[in-house]
Amino acid sequence: MRAAVIVFPGSNCDTDTHHALSHVMGVPTDLVWHATPSLDGYDLVVLPGGFSYGDYLRTGAMAAQARVMRAVREAADRGVPVLGICNGFQILLEAGLLPGAMLPNACVEFRCEWVHVRVETRRTPFTEATDVGRVLRMPIAHGEGNYVADHETLDALHDNDQVVWRYSDAAGRRTAGANPNGSVGDIAGICNARGNVVGLMPHPERCSETALGGTDGRLLWESVLARVAA
Amino acid sequence: MTAPTDRAVPDDATLREVALTRDEYHLAFDLLDRAPNAVELGIIGGMWSEHCGYKHSRPLLRRFPGTGPRVLIGPGQENAGAVDIGDGLAIVMKVESHNHPSAVEPFQGAATGVGGILRDIFTMGARPIAILDSLRFGSLDDARSRFLANGVVGGIAWYGNCVGVPTVGGEIQVAPCYAGNPLVNAMCAGLIRHEDLTSAAASGPGNPLILVGTDTGRDGIHGATFASVEDPEASHRGVVQVGNPFMEKLLLEACLEALTTGGVAGLQDLGATGLTSATIEAAERGGCGVTIDVARVSRRADRMTPYEVMLSESQERMLVVAHAGREDEVRAVFTKWGLHSDVIGHVADGHDVRVTEGSVNVAQLPVSMLVDAPTYEFPVERPAYLDDVQRLNVDELPEPVDLSGTLLTMLASPNIASRRGVYRQYDHMVGTHTIGPPGGDAAVMRIKGTDRAVALCTDGNARHCYLDPFHGGAMAVAEAARNVSCTGATPLAITNCLNFGSPEDPAVYYQLARAIDGMTAACEALGTPVVSGNVSLYNESSDQAIWPTPVVGMLGLLERADASCGIGFGAEGEIVGLLGDATPALDGSEYLAVVHGQVAGAPTIDLDAELAVQALVRDLIEARLLVSAHDCSDGGLAVAVAESAFAGGIGVDLELDSRQERDDVALFGEAPSRIAISATAAHWAAVEDRAAAAGVAVHKLGRVGGDRLRIGPIDVALDEAHRAWDQGLNTALAGRQPSG
Repeated sequence: MRAAVIVFPGSNCDTDTHHALSHVMGVPTDLVWHATPSLDGYDLVVLPGGFSYGDYLRTGAMAAQARVMRAVREAADRGVPVLGICNGFQILLEAGLLPGAMLPNACVEFRCEWVHVRVETRRTPFTEATDVGRVLRMPIAHGEGNYVADHETLDALHDNDQVVWRYSDAAGRRTAGANPNGSVGDIAGICNARGNVVGLMPHPERCSETALGGTDGRLLWESVLARVAA
Repeated sequence: MTAPTDRAVPDDATLREVALTRDEYHLAFDLLDRAPNAVELGIIGGMWSEHCGYKHSRPLLRRFPGTGPRVLIGPGQENAGAVDIGDGLAIVMKVESHNHPSAVEPFQGAATGVGGILRDIFTMGARPIAILDSLRFGSLDDARSRFLANGVVGGIAWYGNCVGVPTVGGEIQVAPCYAGNPLVNAMCAGLIRHEDLTSAAASGPGNPLILVGTDTGRDGIHGATFASVEDPEASHRGVVQVGNPFMEKLLLEACLEALTTGGVAGLQDLGATGLTSATIEAAERGGCGVTIDVARVSRRADRMTPYEVMLSESQERMLVVAHAGREDEVRAVFTKWGLHSDVIGHVADGHDVRVTEGSVNVAQLPVSMLVDAPTYEFPVERPAYLDDVQRLNVDELPEPVDLSGTLLTMLASPNIASRRGVYRQYDHMVGTHTIGPPGGDAAVMRIKGTDRAVALCTDGNARHCYLDPFHGGAMAVAEAARNVSCTGATPLAITNCLNFGSPEDPAVYYQLARAIDGMTAACEALGTPVVSGNVSLYNESSDQAIWPTPVVGMLGLLERADASCGIGFGAEGEIVGLLGDATPALDGSEYLAVVHGQVAGAPTIDLDAELAVQALVRDLIEARLLVSAHDCSDGGLAVAVAESAFAGGIGVDLELDSRQERDDVALFGEAPSRIAISATAAHWAAVEDRAAAAGVAVHKLGRVGGDRLRIGPIDVALDEAHRAWDQGLNTALAGRQPSG
């Protein structure tokens, strides 16, 4: 088992994600520079949060053109689990590895706070060890997490069981106050049709240790580690 | 000094542009034994500005204690101070003002303030782990103040979030005196191993000077001199710089990586006066001269003069002193991060800074003359206003009939209401060091790979300093130390930013001198030396000076991160108590200002009592006897216990101290050296025993429980009180009227 955390200029959750995987979960993990042509030999690829290329132009737009993204695509095609966290999610959208796009938060402000998300499907490597309906408490930190897609895409996401997490309250109810950014359908994370490429706005690496105030992020790591080991 | 009458002197407009007085011009002439040319005059003006040269404050600043067993780098030596935190690790820290730019363009002013303080930290080789911001604005009833406050918060969020350094603490206070002159003080703390501490010295003649980062433009010329004159609104707009946090992030990573090559001899950031002070201060530290060719500086504007290149304050630039022969290796790191670099000169023999444009000499000045700005000292005379403002007759104040309603008013007031609406705009978690997030008495940052954590906070109550500069200065240090102690951390050292009006006004000079004396007394009593700092004078507009506003940034150390304590009550049945028996009074209190519209009285502090109560609370936390500990300061006991109740999500039922004649004084009166605590009933006897052994009074007030705040005559639903407190600042910042 070996994990890659991609480093773009402006990534700033790269070392946090590396810390969570290597020091908390005990997974051999490399920080992989964006100019790297190949991800052969990696069993898990994570695109971390941050402001790649300053988020200039559009969030994730420039990183989506980085050389490593061809390798990310190849890894995804091989069925390797790929996780995009926050800016990493935005990059996966811009790269076309996931459908849809991001708008600025409906509140027009950056939001850093704890939220609840409800697990909607177990079909991804990051959720198969949890239960549908389980509520996770995780932090968000973003200015553009307001997920949008056209009706056909949303229908397809629904029909193919590609919505992975939705914002909810602590009891798992989808209420107006529970959605921090105005995303359509309270979507917090989605996957591709195959289920192995997953993007989400909350930060599992920020809630993988008790000292940080929560450990629900570990469920994602434990789930994907079990999948890879199987 | 008598100047020769036949000497040609530049006209007043020219001297004003470089912020030099006529006498200072003559002094420069005498030191050079010739007339400085225009470029030299700009360099002298920049280096002798208050911002760079501390000409009115340097003699006073020498009073601060700057040494101690944990001080690795003290004040004035490098770009920031460094404090030993054990395990071979150090915290590098500093606070700096960006008041004047923020008064003109709040978003970019605050953003570049954050950028500047980050560079001060990573220029030492340290990785920044926390930003704190101490902010002051005029009344939020005023649309201009709301514009400034929202712009400043937005700028801090934009810059810090993008760079990826968490903003974990600070303060926001409002008072009418800041209407035309807001304060934006940014503090940063960085983590480093002792052996990696890097000097900003230009040493080793022949070593190349490499300028990296943004190309140099015309922005920010005269920023330092601009910050050293009164009335920012009357000044020029073009001096405000524009930030690029992505560039800063690249610079941060590239500099730290370049240091690992071993090819870097010194690293210096470019701040006020740009290349001028960067090269000259580095030369002074290295005991060498420097030669710079401005023709080799990459520009982003055409036809820039040597004067403009030397004084540009374009942001996100660093000066790297490489070991001769290793420049290619160093430059390769910057290239990897997509950064441009230019070799612009070299360290030279001798002690002059020499500036050329190609082969043409454009300036040559002795470094010693530039770093030794003329200083001014004035007599310290007590101003008459103090007698007026210190008079307070409490008997003349009507006591509110509805004290529950008074509590709601207090909780919703902008200086007390929750800061959540602000700090949720800041990424306060990135780095995954933050184990004590914003909202507590101090931010607590764990140190990965160790059992330790550091606690950080900023404090400074300008109303207290206005009423009594000595006690106010001492109270700022004491409150910061108390806040750190309430997390369980031992206060180690401070950094400070002294925000004052014009030192040429005798009343302001008195405030400055006495506040420094008070801070010094508290630093000595508490054992917390001053390791770095910044002075911002001439904070005035329309001839009105701000209140004297020293801001203290405190560093504390927790040997065990897992023993840190928060402010929230835990569970039903816990006993609530108050440590310390300083008598609460209305002097300088928030209650007096909010409810009675008065700024009056003479707040005081007893430093021996302060030391004892802080030592006790740390002892109780280390022994794991407390569930919560919360500094009892602004708003008094009622506000402190309400905040602990909100943090715990549970009510409280307390009796009032019967020794107070007036309930409002008991509830909202303030005094330093008091801490509200809670402990389980099983631990309470041990708490009392330890307090008795320490000689500190502890008053049992009541118990945690229920869904109401019952504090003596106050009885209000917890959720109603929470709503007032949670929405108070948001409502004020949005310019809405409070509801209900």
